Amino acid sequence: MANIVTASADTLLRVEGLRTVFSLPDGRDAAAVDGVSFHVGRGETLGLVGESGSGKSVTALSIIRLVMPPGRITAGRVEFEGRNLLELAEEPMRQVRGRRIGFVFQEPMAALNPVYTIGFQIRETLMVHGLARGEAAKKRAIELLEAVRVPDPARRAKEYPHQLSGGLRQRAMMALALAAEPSLLIADEPTTALDVTVQAEVLDLLRELRKTFGLSLLLITHDLGVVAEMADRVCVMYAGRIVEHATVADLFRAPAHPYTRGLLASIPGGRSGERLVAIPGTVPALGRIPRGCAFAPRCADRFEPCDKAVPETTPVAGDGHDVRCYLHSPAPVATRTSS
Amino acid sequence: MTPLLQVRGLVKEFQARGGFFRKAAGVRAVDDVTFDVRPGETFGLVGESGSGKTTTGRCILRLIEPTAGEVMFKDLNVRALSASELRRARRHFQIVFQDPYSSLNPRMRVGATVREPLIIHKIGTRDTQQARVRELFELVGLDPAATEKYPHEFSGGQRQRIGLARALALEPSLIVCDEPVSALDVSVQAQVVNLLLDLQKRLGLTYLFIAHDLRLVRQICDRVAVMYRGRIVEIAPAEQLFASPAHDYTKALLSAIPHMDPGQRLPRIPFDGATFAPVGLRQVAEGHFAAV
Repeated sequence: MANIVTASADTLLRVEGLRTVFSLPDGRDAAAVDGVSFHVGRGETLGLVGESGSGKSVTALSIIRLVMPPGRITAGRVEFEGRNLLELAEEPMRQVRGRRIGFVFQEPMAALNPVYTIGFQIRETLMVHGLARGEAAKKRAIELLEAVRVPDPARRAKEYPHQLSGGLRQRAMMALALAAEPSLLIADEPTTALDVTVQAEVLDLLRELRKTFGLSLLLITHDLGVVAEMADRVCVMYAGRIVEHATVADLFRAPAHPYTRGLLASIPGGRSGERLVAIPGTVPALGRIPRGCAFAPRCADRFEPCDKAVPETTPVAGDGHDVRCYLHSPAPVATRTSS
Repeated sequence: MTPLLQVRGLVKEFQARGGFFRKAAGVRAVDDVTFDVRPGETFGLVGESGSGKTTTGRCILRLIEPTAGEVMFKDLNVRALSASELRRARRHFQIVFQDPYSSLNPRMRVGATVREPLIIHKIGTRDTQQARVRELFELVGLDPAATEKYPHEFSGGQRQRIGLARALALEPSLIVCDEPVSALDVSVQAQVVNLLLDLQKRLGLTYLFIAHDLRLVRQICDRVAVMYRGRIVEIAPAEQLFASPAHDYTKALLSAIPHMDPGQRLPRIPFDGATFAPVGLRQVAEGHFAAV
């Protein structure tokens, strides 16, 4: 994405040409992330939007190098605070993970240890990273729980994860992620499992933490409503590629890719009894991603070049707005007029 | 209009297991729930997790036994039915579940899954049953040649269509849709929702639509009941509920929906659960009732 990588000195994270493949049972390699590039500025929130199978979570795991076999990163750069994380040895990488980059998942029980109290887990993080120990760590743990708006933090610190509600667990995980004062927080569907009123509280909290901790946020979600509320810029992913990038205002006002337009149109919000606008077909499975534009088989606007080669990223009107679609870029060889 | 379904004072108590420090105590998951569903309408039951909306749906079908209250389906007193009467009556009211991955038997060909209710209710011969299965597949937009496949060969959206075909096999008049699209991707959700709307028009179906997605409920429901802690706190025509909610909880719930217009964030209205008092519904406008 040519104009996204013209990032300024204020860039915290810059991903370039990232490619992560998975070995299929038949021995072939299939790219779950295929040439993904974007950057996150300091203090900025970038939304990474996509449906299941779009590669958004694999992108996040690739950044912190937690892709498990049969997956592996085969190309690209992940520049973070001046270093290429993909070339780092395991030990310094561990310092980055958890310390400089915090993580929040959809399912908090995956990140919390069920047999230790919340307070213990936060203190442990503080000690491991050499930030505080003893009484100071105890005090800091309570402060962190307070910062994520856990009511009665001193008492809650003594509780185990199963004693907390879903919303409180999500907050506890955030406190844990923030303990080491990371500069980047990667949040993967942080509110998907939550009720809408709890989601609203957690989103408000994330927005506030961004300010108080000076955090940058990489927000991964399938929910365009969450993106509209939270993100400064948005990358839309489909079948392993970023198909559109824009400021949040441009994306909602003038979506350029037929997939983005379809997604926005398929969200209910009309009058009672009206049909929804549906995108036909389904997201292609890994290993069955079509040649050319992966969205072409579902696209109402497709024409000859679409299934020949993957369209290049092309700028369109707007601030850093670009799109991978032949409606906006010149087709490679065969053109519309050739038929 | 005579209601198709009348629910009166429905109660479901669960016996919470006594823990280390706690004595066993009753929890009212559904607490004095009363509403009507009219023939041909889509009646929405919304609420957050733990509000009792799913339990209400299951009590109506007697998939779980209610503790108290009355459920009338046309002139049938559902709670008074014996086990065999209930089995026979079930052909008139069916359910579509949320999770298309666990609601189909993975070891059964999907054609057999759809045919099963016809066998149980002894409807038709082997040949007419198989013809009916193919017809149902076509009705829900699936390839009738796919009846010999297994569930894992289908996507989530297709599995939900199979679940719907099975629910439709006995030509029910009421379908309880329990979060039928919430496990699906956004772009696939719309396909299944449209199918539900088309089928309703073609077959004159009535839906009890249980959901937490308020935007979706607004679009497809005629009337909506909002549940909180086992109780209905508000019932209104969908447009009216969204335009002028009367209960404080409804207001809070609606204000929490993410706004699809960046930069247009509306203020959240908080709701303090401690102030919640279980009072009865009263009419606040034509057809609009609230516990205020």
